Amino acid sequence: MFVNQFLFLAAVLFCIGVYGVVARKNAVLMLMSIEIILNSVNINLLTFALRNGSTDGHVFALYIIAVAAAEVGVGLGLVLLVYRNKKTISVDDLSEMRG
Amino acid sequence: MNLFSSVDAEVLAPLTSGWFLEHAWLIPVVPAIAFALIILFGKRMPFKGSELGVLSMLASLVLSAGAGYQWIQRVNSATEEQFVDPVIKSWTWWQNAGFEFGIGQHIDGLSILVLFVVAFISTLVQIYSLEYLRGDRRYTHFFAALTLFSGGMLAMVLADNMMLLLLGWEIMGLCSFMLIGHWWEEDVNSKAALKAFFTVRVGDVGLLVGISMLYFAANDWTRENLDVSGFSIRGISAWALSGEPNSTVIMIAAIALFIACIGKSGQFPLHTWLPDAMAGPTPVSSLLHSSTMVVAGVYLVARLYPVFFVGLDIPGGGGNLIVIIGGITIVISAALAFVQNDIKRVLAYSTVSQLGYMMLGLGAGAWMPAVFHIFTHAFFKACLFLGAGSISHSASHHSFDMKRDMGGLRKVMPITFATWIISTLALCGVFPFSGFFSKDEIIDNVGHNGYGLFMIIALIGAFMTAAYMTRATYLTFFGKPRGASAGHADHGAHDAHAVHDSHDAHASSGPHESGLLITVPLIILSVLALSSGFLNATPFGESWERMKLWVEPRAAEVIDETHSGGPGESLVIILPSAEDSHSKSVCGSAQPEKGICYAPQLNHAPFKWLKAMMSLAIVFLGIAVSWVLSFRLFTKRDPRLVGLTQRVKILGVGHKFLVNKYYLDDFYEKVIVRNIAGPIASAAYWINQNILDGIIHKIASSSRLISGWVYRNIDQRVVDGAVNNSASFTKSVGTAAQPSQSGKVSQYGALLFSAAGVAALVLVIINT
Repeated sequence: MFVNQFLFLAAVLFCIGVYGVVARKNAVLMLMSIEIILNSVNINLLTFALRNGSTDGHVFALYIIAVAAAEVGVGLGLVLLVYRNKKTISVDDLSEMRG
Repeated sequence: MNLFSSVDAEVLAPLTSGWFLEHAWLIPVVPAIAFALIILFGKRMPFKGSELGVLSMLASLVLSAGAGYQWIQRVNSATEEQFVDPVIKSWTWWQNAGFEFGIGQHIDGLSILVLFVVAFISTLVQIYSLEYLRGDRRYTHFFAALTLFSGGMLAMVLADNMMLLLLGWEIMGLCSFMLIGHWWEEDVNSKAALKAFFTVRVGDVGLLVGISMLYFAANDWTRENLDVSGFSIRGISAWALSGEPNSTVIMIAAIALFIACIGKSGQFPLHTWLPDAMAGPTPVSSLLHSSTMVVAGVYLVARLYPVFFVGLDIPGGGGNLIVIIGGITIVISAALAFVQNDIKRVLAYSTVSQLGYMMLGLGAGAWMPAVFHIFTHAFFKACLFLGAGSISHSASHHSFDMKRDMGGLRKVMPITFATWIISTLALCGVFPFSGFFSKDEIIDNVGHNGYGLFMIIALIGAFMTAAYMTRATYLTFFGKPRGASAGHADHGAHDAHAVHDSHDAHASSGPHESGLLITVPLIILSVLALSSGFLNATPFGESWERMKLWVEPRAAEVIDETHSGGPGESLVIILPSAEDSHSKSVCGSAQPEKGICYAPQLNHAPFKWLKAMMSLAIVFLGIAVSWVLSFRLFTKRDPRLVGLTQRVKILGVGHKFLVNKYYLDDFYEKVIVRNIAGPIASAAYWINQNILDGIIHKIASSSRLISGWVYRNIDQRVVDGAVNNSASFTKSVGTAAQPSQSGKVSQYGALLFSAAGVAALVLVIINT
């Protein structure tokens, strides 16, 4: 069982996702990065599910996929509304909430 | 021993194979890839993606034709009675915790036949659509969905296991939804699409139940004997015939699967979605009604025939679920076709009726004629639908109303007329058109296998088919031109589809023949409607029955009680008669010690010209009666016939009953939906009003009393003091922490992830 490779892949994907969330200014790209993070977690769950020979991890992964779909739906809706009001989706321009 | 594939290795000839057979799995893969390409790049292509669709279907056609050729070689390489092994390839899709889902191909005569028909009709329909949908606003999406639709059907047909079959089945359901609702701006169309989708879903529940039941019932046996999972079609077939299965389990599984087929193949009582599906563009109707989608249900029964054969006791005769549903469907849908004014709806009901014939044939043990009817029906029905499309496209201003906008078109559309007449004769089953060879065989075998009552129903159906098709032909092509085809159209009223097309200018020049992209597919299909029957021309003797040789699994020699005792006596296994048909195996007595049986024993009726003449006479009678009545009613306006339904009460009631489609739609919507959804809603309302509200009111009034006391004593004194103090504390903290609230999301993210990183680090340190 090549568990290490899977975990390594998941870790790399996770880092890419974190980098995207932190460094990107485009809201859509940030959403995509969040998806990458979620899917790297999925890979972890499936890896351990395969190693332990149980279906639990598969079930969790399916839940995450469903929740991720809902999250993207809400997120893109927000981005769309922000764009309509502000004509931009750069998150740096959205700092009305600063203290 | 022809029955058993694993015995007597020295007498079995080695079977040939070939590249096309080994790589038949490419047939659905090509359209699937083409679908992705059309969706992604279609709009930027020179022909808006349509060229990809047509090319992929052509590739599938070439692949399936090659596979067909090599399959025939394979059959010829076998000895006379050898079981021809299907070409099976299987890969693991995914596996976990003991479950394994495969993906692969199961290629035998049946799947090759249907693959070829689907690829062939799809190619012609796509070529036809190039012209028919030119300038449509969702041209690219139409071709994408059409390609995926064919791909789904092809995948379902060559599936080697039930999961892949289910996948293809559901892809088709989705694509039919997209295609029927192609012009979704009109409310009617999107409602029809939803109705098709949901009605089929009702049946799909049965498919899921059936697949799961078969898996859990068959898995142990198939693992032990064939080393395949309980999803494998080959495994399930062998298991059903092994004499192992519990008769109740296999019966319920067969019923569950058949419910899925009722939904998909538009059998009574779930046929209501099929005529409404006419809301889609005509090429879609043609494809959906001739080779894909509705044939899927019939194909499923033919594919898993051993399950139905054993589960529903098909060799027993008398009657079973499949023949009863098939028989009812034939007659009720043919009756509905008489009261339709929309030419496509007439064809839709005729499809439902013909599917009833296929089901009847399968249910009565006439496997080969029913499968052959899939083959011939695909050609003439596609031709009829495309002909109707040609009329609406070029002559009647996109109207399908026969009474208002058609009539007298035989002179202006000679090619459409000729192809229509050939296909109509094929549909009616007139010798020597293709429908005769398949439909008459079904009727004959149904009677031969002990289903006498249903043979009479099928003959009545043949009479009705001939009559309603004559009526439709008369209204469309004979008499005087009316409405749009006479040249004076009122655009606003009925021009439902024209708003979507930018090519409407040419239509105002009056009715004319359609262009080559439309007439060439029509001509090809009508030639096949005329000639395809000769591939299995039973009347001319054994040497003409090519299709039977290639497609029917050779369970045993053709056995007729009168012929047993010939030189092949030692090989012949007598079919269990009606009394002992409940014995352990339908394969024969020597089973299962000697090997594994994959196909049930099928019986064939000997052809007799007398019987054929009788059904032909019935057909001609139907044509003649209908012709005379149509002529008197629609052209002469005979006062004795006009308004007959208003004057004679009993006829009026019957007419109203038919026009309202037996009130089945009303029944589904008003009775089932309302009675299930209504009481739940009113019960919920009652609980809400009486119980919940009562509790809430009580709680509210008592809490009001308590809260007054609390406010005066605790809130004002204790709490407010604490709150004021904490507020001032919070304010000072907030001022200190203010700079970190920059409003920049990235910064928040960085803080979040670094905190998570620190937490992870702590966790690692603690655990080591």
